[in-house]
Amino acid sequence: MSYPKGTFIRNTTVTRINHWLTGGCFVLLVLSGLSMFDPMLFFLSGLFGGGQSARAIHPWIGCVFLVSYLGMMIQFWRDNLWNRDDLAWMKAIDKVLANEEEGVPEVGRFNAGQKFVFWAMALLTPVLFLTGLVIWEYYFSSYTTIEVQRAAVLIHSLAAFAAIIVWIIHVYAAIWVRGSMRAMTQGYVTPGWAFRHHRKWLRSLVATDSIGPRPRTGGDSPGPLERR
Amino acid sequence: MADLQSQDYVRRSASTMTPPSARSHEIEVAKLIDVSRCIGCKACQAACMEWNNLRAEIGHFEGTYDNPLDLDPHTWTLMRFTEWDNDEGNLEWLIRKDGCMHCADPGCLKACPAPGAIVQYANGIVDFISEACIGCGYCVKGCPFNIPRISQVDHKSYKCTLCSDRVAVGLEPACVKACPTGAIMFGSKTDMTAWAGERVAELNSRGFAKAGLYDPPGVGGTHVMYVLHHADRPSLYAGLPDDPHISALVSVWKGLFKPLAVAGVALAAVTGFLHWIVAGPNEVQPLDEAEAKHLIHADEPQ
Ligand code: HEM
Ligand code: SF4
Ligand code: SF4
Repeated sequence: MSYPKGTFIRNTTVTRINHWLTGGCFVLLVLSGLSMFDPMLFFLSGLFGGGQSARAIHPWIGCVFLVSYLGMMIQFWRDNLWNRDDLAWMKAIDKVLANEEEGVPEVGRFNAGQKFVFWAMALLTPVLFLTGLVIWEYYFSSYTTIEVQRAAVLIHSLAAFAAIIVWIIHVYAAIWVRGSMRAMTQGYVTPGWAFRHHRKWLRSLVATDSIGPRPRTGGDSPGPLERR
Repeated sequence: MADLQSQDYVRRSASTMTPPSARSHEIEVAKLIDVSRCIGCKACQAACMEWNNLRAEIGHFEGTYDNPLDLDPHTWTLMRFTEWDNDEGNLEWLIRKDGCMHCADPGCLKACPAPGAIVQYANGIVDFISEACIGCGYCVKGCPFNIPRISQVDHKSYKCTLCSDRVAVGLEPACVKACPTGAIMFGSKTDMTAWAGERVAELNSRGFAKAGLYDPPGVGGTHVMYVLHHADRPSLYAGLPDDPHISALVSVWKGLFKPLAVAGVALAAVTGFLHWIVAGPNEVQPLDEAEAKHLIHADEPQ
């Protein structure tokens, strides 16, 4: 992918493919899972060719989802570590919500809201996976007692709904903060976007002569900022 | 059997509509298994296989009379043998015919996510309608008696039908017909309860002071009942639950949790929408671009 001159790379091609694989799996898991959650939503199983096939394919998509989310974690965990800026940002949450960026403290590559989404999913994904294995009738039903399976299906449902709510927050934030969607489709953001939302990240890129997504370290090849 | 028109449903799994019930005024039936009269001959087990055309895989001798060892998709009823050293130090051979209890409040049906895969007829029989079954195994989690078994071959759940096909045309279940000692009786639930009363009185007179009827109220009563000589200790009989009820975990999962989950998602979506119409999108301003340019060039070596 070539990026327009003067922009910064927010997400590399690998990251974007990984992200949309994760997102695609998640949507399919929600649709097939919800078909078993409530009678009014059973019709969703039709999207997968009927109840039997929705039931059968859901856990397999779950396996792909787990691996895919692990990929996201490997790429993103360092930039999601909690630091002091996050507390300051959270204290200014009213200004964030009111779009009054002037009063919001500067943040690095991710703000506290994005970090919350990241860590919430980092917790919920393994919970969904492990409880999902316990209730995977065909392969694993003989390994646990029925009482354990009862607890697992309840926790799986709870975690699924927690994940769906986190996902709504995530999707809404991407719609709300203009320019974010393009960062995950085409991969780049304008300097103004970086200045407005992630000024510390922009500073770190500029200081190391990097076009993103991360600041350059000593071993990297010479920076391309001169192309501006 | 979905081609047989059934208009006598009282319950239908995963359904929010009233099921077809115009003909639902038949009396409730019950099978009464008098454990004290059972000789463990397994005629009922064989009759069940014969009537329902079931052929379980031939297994191995496991050192017990239980054969096969457990219920499976082809074994809907199973004699379970217990050797119990009673309080006087004598051996009692307790033999229980295991199988679906046809609960008045069936946990399997409550848990099932597939519309119409489990139904309950007005006569009380709980039946699995295989063509609607999706093989998820939720009925296994819902059942307090550990009865349904999912086939690894066709991914359908199986259990005793109480011979719903025979009962629908006025016959007794196959096991009842085959029993040589009259240990299995079939009729209206009222008649069976009354008959059980006579049996219990007789057992009491023979020294079984704790004899009684097993019709557990925790599941609203059952349409398969036992006369037990030790009704104070049902679990003596190969783990028959002392006080069966639908697990609290299942009740929360299928009850309280659903409206909460929907409310949570609705709240998140509505909050997002309200924010959108109140605060609106957060757009990058020309000033941001200008400042960014300034920052980049200030930093650049000249
Ligand atoms: C991570 C790996 C996952 C695995 C292995 C997994 C596995 C399962 C299994 C085995 C079931 C039982 C039905 C069936 O056999 O298909 C199930 C149900 C369900 N799953 Fe998953 N799942 C996973 C992830 C997810 C995710 C990410 C969601 C949505 C956010 C989800 C939502 C649901 C829902 C709503 C149900 C129905 C629960 C109910 O009936 O209350 N699952 N899952
Ligand atoms: S396995 Fe079949 S009968 Fe059992 S809960 Fe699932 S759909 Fe219903
Ligand atoms: S014994 Fe189990 S399978 Fe039979 S009706 Fe009761 S809950 Fe359903």
